[in-house]
Amino acid sequence: MDSSELISGIKKKLPDFNALSASQNYPDEICIKVTQQIFKDTCHALYKMFSFPVMMFFALDERKERGRFVINSVFLDFRSAKWFIVSADIPQENPCFDSLAKSMHSASLFEREIREMFGIEPKDSPDLRRLNLHDEVWPFGSYPLRKDFKAAEGGDVRDYKFGRVDGEGVFEVPVGPVHAGIIGPGHFRFSVAGEPIINLELRLGFTHRGVEKLFEGKAYSGAIRLSECISGDSSFAHSLAFTHALEKISGVSIFAQVAYLRGVFLELERMYNHVNDIGGIAIDVGFSFPAAYASIIKEAILQLNEKLSGNRYLKNVNILGGVLADIDEAKKQILLDSLKNLKQDFKELAKMLYSSVSFMDRVDATGVLRRKTAEDLGVVGLAGRASGIPIDLRKHFSWVYKEAKFKIAIQESGDVLARLRIRIFEFEESCRLIEEFVGKLSIDGKIRVSAILKEGSALGYAEGWRGPVLYWLKTDSAGLIERCKIVDPSFHNWQALSYAVLGEIIPDFPLCNKSFDLSYSGNDL
Amino acid sequence: MMHILKNRILKGVVTKHIQSELSEEIETTGLELKSLIQKKFGRSLHIREVDTGSCGACESEIISANNPIYDLQRFGISFVASPRHADALLVTGPVSKNMLIALRKTYEAMPEPKFVITCGDCALDGGLFKGSYYVEGAVKDILLVALHIPGCPPSPLSIIQVLLEFLRKETLR
Repeated sequence: MDSSELISGIKKKLPDFNALSASQNYPDEICIKVTQQIFKDTCHALYKMFSFPVMMFFALDERKERGRFVINSVFLDFRSAKWFIVSADIPQENPCFDSLAKSMHSASLFEREIREMFGIEPKDSPDLRRLNLHDEVWPFGSYPLRKDFKAAEGGDVRDYKFGRVDGEGVFEVPVGPVHAGIIGPGHFRFSVAGEPIINLELRLGFTHRGVEKLFEGKAYSGAIRLSECISGDSSFAHSLAFTHALEKISGVSIFAQVAYLRGVFLELERMYNHVNDIGGIAIDVGFSFPAAYASIIKEAILQLNEKLSGNRYLKNVNILGGVLADIDEAKKQILLDSLKNLKQDFKELAKMLYSSVSFMDRVDATGVLRRKTAEDLGVVGLAGRASGIPIDLRKHFSWVYKEAKFKIAIQESGDVLARLRIRIFEFEESCRLIEEFVGKLSIDGKIRVSAILKEGSALGYAEGWRGPVLYWLKTDSAGLIERCKIVDPSFHNWQALSYAVLGEIIPDFPLCNKSFDLSYSGNDL
Repeated sequence: MMHILKNRILKGVVTKHIQSELSEEIETTGLELKSLIQKKFGRSLHIREVDTGSCGACESEIISANNPIYDLQRFGISFVASPRHADALLVTGPVSKNMLIALRKTYEAMPEPKFVITCGDCALDGGLFKGSYYVEGAVKDILLVALHIPGCPPSPLSIIQVLLEFLRKETLR
C-alpha cells in the first residue's frame, strides 16, 4: 500500500477527506499530514481500515522554530508491513485537539500522557487524570516535555482520586507501591465482594525518571546506553529499536552478518526472560522445584550472554551501523553446545509442569483476557498472541526471520495457560532460530559500517520478548536528539491485567500478574 | 513425582563453590560469617528490598543471588516480604520523586537496629538519570547509607562478595 492507495482508502470511509501532504520517507513508513480539525476522523478511519489500535500517539514542541505543537499518531498495517503516521499541527495559543479516546480506547493513555507532559488538552476526553506525574508531588501547570521547561514551579498538589466501587459488602484492598517480592513498584487497588475481584485499579508511574527529556540534546552514542536502561530485562530490544531508528535516519544498510548477530542476541534475551517467567508462574502456585529448575536455566543463559557479548544483559552490544560483539568459531561452539543442554533442560521443565495435574488446574482458565477486550485495549505482543491476535513484528518485517521460516506462536484461550504455552513454544522456536542464524554467520563477516547521523525523523522497532518496542526519533542538524518517544509493550498491556483478573480471587492475582510480567520502568519511563 | 525425583538426582547440587571463582576465600569466609551473623543478628540477617525507580536489572541480579547456584541464603542472609521483619534495607534505583514517600515509610517501618545498603550505580548518585527533573538522586542524601554495591547491574557474585566483606568487618567490630 502506498500513499495514494492509503488516501483513496481513507476517502472511502471519509468522503471529504483531504491530506495537506503525503510522503513516503522510508520503504516501511508513510506520513500524512492533515489539519487539526480532521485529525480525529482520519485516525478513526485508519483504525477501522486496519482493524488495529493506535500503536503510538505523542506530541512535539515546535513552538520555538515554527510556533506550534505537533501531534503524531502511528498505525500499523501488518498485512502490507507498513507504518502510517498521521500528523497535525496544533496552534500554540489554546493548544487542544478532539479526544480520540471515546471511539478508540487504545488512545486513552496516550492522551493523558500528552496532556500531562505538554499541556495540550484532549477535548471531551473521558479521563483526564495524570499518569506519571503524581498529583501528590508534582504541581499542576508544569509541563516537563515542553522545550522551555526549566523546573517545576508553583501550582497546587493534591490527593489522587481512585475510582471507587460502592455497595454493601464491597471492600478495598490496597497493595503497593512497595510489594512483598523483589520487584518494581506499582499500586494496585482491588475492590472485592467476598472472594472475587470486582474491580482492579492500577496506579503506576512510581518509577518515572523523565527518560524522554533526558534523551533530548544527547548525542546518539550516550543515548544508546540510556536506551539500555529503560527496561533492564529488555536492554537488547530497546537498544535495537533505538539503533534501528538511528540507522533509518542515517540511511545506512547494515551487513547481513549484523542482522544475524542481532537475531541471535534478541532470541537469547527472549529465552532468559521466558524461562524466568515460567519459573515465576510455577513459584506463584507454590510449585518450587520447577521454579528452581527454571532459575538454573536462566542463569545458564545469562552466563552464556556474558561469554558471547561480555554482558549478562546484552548491554553495550548495539551501535549505530552494527554491533560490538562478534561470534567467532570458538564462541559459536560454546553457543551450540549450551543450546543443546538448554533444550534438554527446558524439555524436562515443560514436562514437569504439563504433567502436574494440580499445576494445570491452577493455570487453566485463570486470568482470561478475551480477544475483544485485548483488541479494544490495544494489547500487543505475547499477551496479544495468547488471546488470538496474530501479530509479531519478526514475522512481518524482518528478512532474517522470514529466511529462517519463523513460526509465530498463537493461542486462543487468553488465560494463564495460553500465555505459558506461548512462552514454551517461543523458547523452543528461539533455540531453532539461533541455530539457523548461527549457521549463516561467516567467519570474517564485517560487523560494523560507518555512518553519520543527519537531520531527520524515523520510527525504529523491534519485537522484544514482551512485544513490539517502538522508538520514534527526531534529530537536529547537528545530529543531536530533538525528541525521542518510546513505547514499551507494557504501556499497552498493563490495562489488560485489570480486566484479566476480574472474577478471580486475590490469591490468584500474583499468578495472573506474572503471566503478563510487564515492566514497571518501561511503562513509567 | 518420579519425573521430579529423576531430575533432582540428575541435576545434583548445582551451588557454586564461590571460593573457586575468585581468589579470596569467600566460601570459607561466608561460613565463618554465618556464625557471626547468628550471634549479632539473632540467627540470620534479613533484608528488605525497595526499588525506587530502577530498570529492573538490579532486581534480576538480586533474585539471581538467591538462586540455587549462588544461594545467598546458605550464609544466613535472606530477603523478606515486610520491612517489619528486616534488619537491612536494600535500595535500588535513582529515587523517582514518586517513590520518595514510600522509601521513607519503608525505612520508618523497620525496627531498630537497622542499616541501609544501596545497590547499583543509579542508587549511588542517580547514574544515567542524574539531573532529570523527576529524580531525587543519591539515596545517601535521603537516608544514612552504610554500604554501596557498585555495578550496572552488579553481578550476583559481586553482590555476595561486597555484602559478606562488609558484614565481616561489621560483625568483628
